[in-house]
Amino acid sequence: MKRRPLFLISCLCFGFAFFYVPILSLIVFSFNKSRLVTVWGGFSTQWYGKLLHNEQILKAALLSLQIALASATLATILGAMVGIALARFHRFRGRTLLSGLVTAPLIMPEVITGISSLMLFIFMAEWIGWPSGRGFTTVTIAHITFSMTYVAVIVQSRLSSADVAIEEAAMDLGARPWQVLIDITLPVIAPALVSGWLLAFTISLDDVVITSFTTGPGTTTLPILIWSKVRLGVTPDINALATVIICLVAAGVVAAALIMHRAESRRSRDEQMAQAQGASG
Amino acid sequence: MARARGAVGRWFDSKGWRDIVISVPFLWLLVFFLVPFVIVLAMSFARRAELSPPIAFLDHWPYLQTGNFARLLDDSLYLRAFLTSLWNAGLATLFCLLIGYPMALGITRVTRSWRNLLLMLVILPFWTSFLLRVYAWMGLLGANSWFNKVLTGLVNTILPADRAMSSIPMMNSNFAVVLVMVYSYLPFMILPLYANLEKLDQTLNEAATDLGSRPWQVFKDITLPLSIPGIIAGGLLVFIPASGELVIPSLVGNASDPMIGRVISDEFSSARDWPMAAAVAVALLLALVLPIMAYTHFEKRAQERVEGRA
Repeated sequence: MKRRPLFLISCLCFGFAFFYVPILSLIVFSFNKSRLVTVWGGFSTQWYGKLLHNEQILKAALLSLQIALASATLATILGAMVGIALARFHRFRGRTLLSGLVTAPLIMPEVITGISSLMLFIFMAEWIGWPSGRGFTTVTIAHITFSMTYVAVIVQSRLSSADVAIEEAAMDLGARPWQVLIDITLPVIAPALVSGWLLAFTISLDDVVITSFTTGPGTTTLPILIWSKVRLGVTPDINALATVIICLVAAGVVAAALIMHRAESRRSRDEQMAQAQGASG
Repeated sequence: MARARGAVGRWFDSKGWRDIVISVPFLWLLVFFLVPFVIVLAMSFARRAELSPPIAFLDHWPYLQTGNFARLLDDSLYLRAFLTSLWNAGLATLFCLLIGYPMALGITRVTRSWRNLLLMLVILPFWTSFLLRVYAWMGLLGANSWFNKVLTGLVNTILPADRAMSSIPMMNSNFAVVLVMVYSYLPFMILPLYANLEKLDQTLNEAATDLGSRPWQVFKDITLPLSIPGIIAGGLLVFIPASGELVIPSLVGNASDPMIGRVISDEFSSARDWPMAAAVAVALLLALVLPIMAYTHFEKRAQERVEGRA
């Protein structure tokens, strides 16, 4: 049909090489026999074996998962409430402030969010005696605050593109507003809740800066542990750990994409069938 | 049924559920986001003291002092850190645009199934750990790495033989910071650009081609002007986190030429000068809010223009 856009295709090739060569190099060197990460010394899986017996890393990974589960779940609930309020309740006191509070954490540099959360916890401990120390609770609270705004934005945009007519119809047929919320609005935003939860989960699992400010002694998440090791330089056991994490995440993302793709094509097939039936009947 | 559950049930049915949906997350954000921010703002007008917590306000009206902000302008350390941050973030944004724009445009020009695959390949690194992606570069930038050797070999073919280098000193430099920032934030540039470019009306391009425009002219006169909102959105998504970046400069940057995130963190942790850290943070926020306000203003005006035409 048209001339092949050679320039654009070579840019794509360069761009994806740029994306993936560092990651591939990291994975290859995790199988390096030598202690030096940069010089190849033969194939070995010894660093993976050592990883399995490293209790410090396993403990940190478990803690990170717990924090991510707790914060993603609460962030999804709170974020969905904000999203519903902003998309469906058109007039209420403090609406402008609320929408400002939702966008502000998204543009606030992480260092500032981290320091200001730490300030709050220090002053709260000073004034009301809670939280008595920093650790699981404070990190989880900071993660919720940060990631609920992402969920709110996703839910809000899903709702504003969804049809209000169904909700109005249910209301006209006598459903109470909160029944409409549960029976109609929630199913409509279900995909947004899933992607919001996943996003909140990965944000929490990955966070270094905010966690480093709000955590206390004895509460070492996986990114904090990696951070403290990586600052000292490159070591093959971190490469092995990184490979494991990257493969898990990649598998998760690919699986999620496939599931969504299948659901999408099933829905469009159903819609076509319904249309065909409507036309013939 | 509402009657059976009594007054609470009635309250819940009429407007209570609505109040709960609004007020619970509202309160959460007030306590855990707005109050901390107000604390930092107030603290930027205090001074350092040997107390716990280590801050003191003036003991008479107006209780606030602007000494920290005066120091911000006096001490060249802060000004220099600001300039380094803005320069590095600006360069990173520029290179993200130069690499990301053709990629986003390229993705809109391939078949549907390829398109989904390529988008997934853009998003995939974005889901994998940020820290580990920075770490991946630490292995590449070092003097003994294969990447450095390849690059050195390439550079040496250009340089005269007597000036050949044994390796390129890339680690712990601003070059490394910009490179890794481009790497980390590229998806933030590609995705909004793609969303913008995908919506463009292809018939405009075809019309221009039919009327004899060359591909470059079509791009310059039609695609580029129409994609400015995408460029600005992507640019802000890269520039804002890049200018406050802490992890990347700490791992691959030059410690003697720190970026502002590092200065805030150091003032706070090592120097234990909380008020100064707060003042630098407030200044950084001001520096970031201005371009955002310019953007919203620009967008509003564009919106008005579109509506006026319609």
